[in-house]
Amino acid sequence: MVKSVLTFGQNGLSDWLWQRVSAVILALYTIFLLGYILCHPGLDFAVWQTLYAHPAMRLFTLFALLSLLIHSWIGIWTVLTDYIKYVYLRLFLEIALVLALAIYFVWGIQILWSV
Amino acid sequence: MSAALSEIKFSIYRYNPEKDQKPYMQEMSLSVEPGKDLMVLGALKQLKEIDETLTFRHSCGEGVCGSDAVNVNGKNRLCCITPVSELTQPIVLRPIPSLPVIRDLVVDMTPFYQQYEKVDPYLINDTPVPATERLQSPSDRAKLDGLYECILCACCTTACPSYWWNPDKFLGPAALLQASRFISDSRDTAKNERLTKLEDAYSLYRCRGIMNCADVCPKGLNPTQAIAHIRTELLREGV
Ligand code: SF4
Ligand code: SF4
Ligand code: FES
Repeated sequence: MVKSVLTFGQNGLSDWLWQRVSAVILALYTIFLLGYILCHPGLDFAVWQTLYAHPAMRLFTLFALLSLLIHSWIGIWTVLTDYIKYVYLRLFLEIALVLALAIYFVWGIQILWSV
Repeated sequence: MSAALSEIKFSIYRYNPEKDQKPYMQEMSLSVEPGKDLMVLGALKQLKEIDETLTFRHSCGEGVCGSDAVNVNGKNRLCCITPVSELTQPIVLRPIPSLPVIRDLVVDMTPFYQQYEKVDPYLINDTPVPATERLQSPSDRAKLDGLYECILCACCTTACPSYWWNPDKFLGPAALLQASRFISDSRDTAKNERLTKLEDAYSLYRCRGIMNCADVCPKGLNPTQAIAHIRTELLREGV
């Protein structure tokens, strides 16, 4: 049993599960957006705004943002622990990762609610 | 017959820590009668007659003891069951990757065995011992097929990138296949404890499903599948 502090889910099982759940949400969101863009050839600001002003779309986007946070946290943490062997550099990068992702997330929400 | 001998070329990793500053590749060749095939192990034995310092490990000579795993042309294989005729020349022989080299093709298997030890590779059952034996139904017994045949040759584990990066924390395919073997055993009563030991982020979950392990196993076993099975069991217990 190996202890890890800066993982998202604190154990391998929940990380594994969240990685998959978030991947599905991100895939659905991407497919939806692509489909939407293809169905609206002359996409302008007004159409875009109506889409994002809809509560369901906000919720969906919120979930997608959350999934992005979770997915990249788990993924990049794994890559860092594979390749960065020097402990303090790793710690620094892991903390930087979590902070950067948190900032992106809050920033994303801010943009979403200002539409 | 002397004119018709054909030549087999080898490039062999040599390293004697007592003498050599660093490892080097030695070109060697062997003359054999045309049309005659031999195993890489047979070739190594003949090469040793030419250069007796060439060192390799072997025992059974028929793919059951697991002591002669070597990296042959980039793939981990058992020398004794790998025919020379299947290989492109020069045949490049190196020790299996990531384990400390003792000499030439002989590696120190200790780190591999240490990971194996961590999965408690023996039956645990604290219930009173029955008068005869612990019986298993044929279908329960069948669950061990594809798991019990492992000969601990380390071909799989030393071909696994996740093991290369975290050899102390990730248990590796061979040890996990054995974990699965005891988790699947109807006579074992320590299933939950075994699963709990594997739920951290490294021991099992460092497996990224690359399937190098299944690709190289000389016994045709599939550690990736065994790992997936443990993951399913963990999910069943954990949600
Ligand atoms: S499937 Fe898993 S255990 Fe097998 S080689 Fe790939 S990462 Fe290693
Ligand atoms: S699973 Fe196959 S490759 Fe791995 S140690 Fe066992 S026999 Fe060797
Ligand atoms: S010598 Fe025993 S497996 Fe090859």
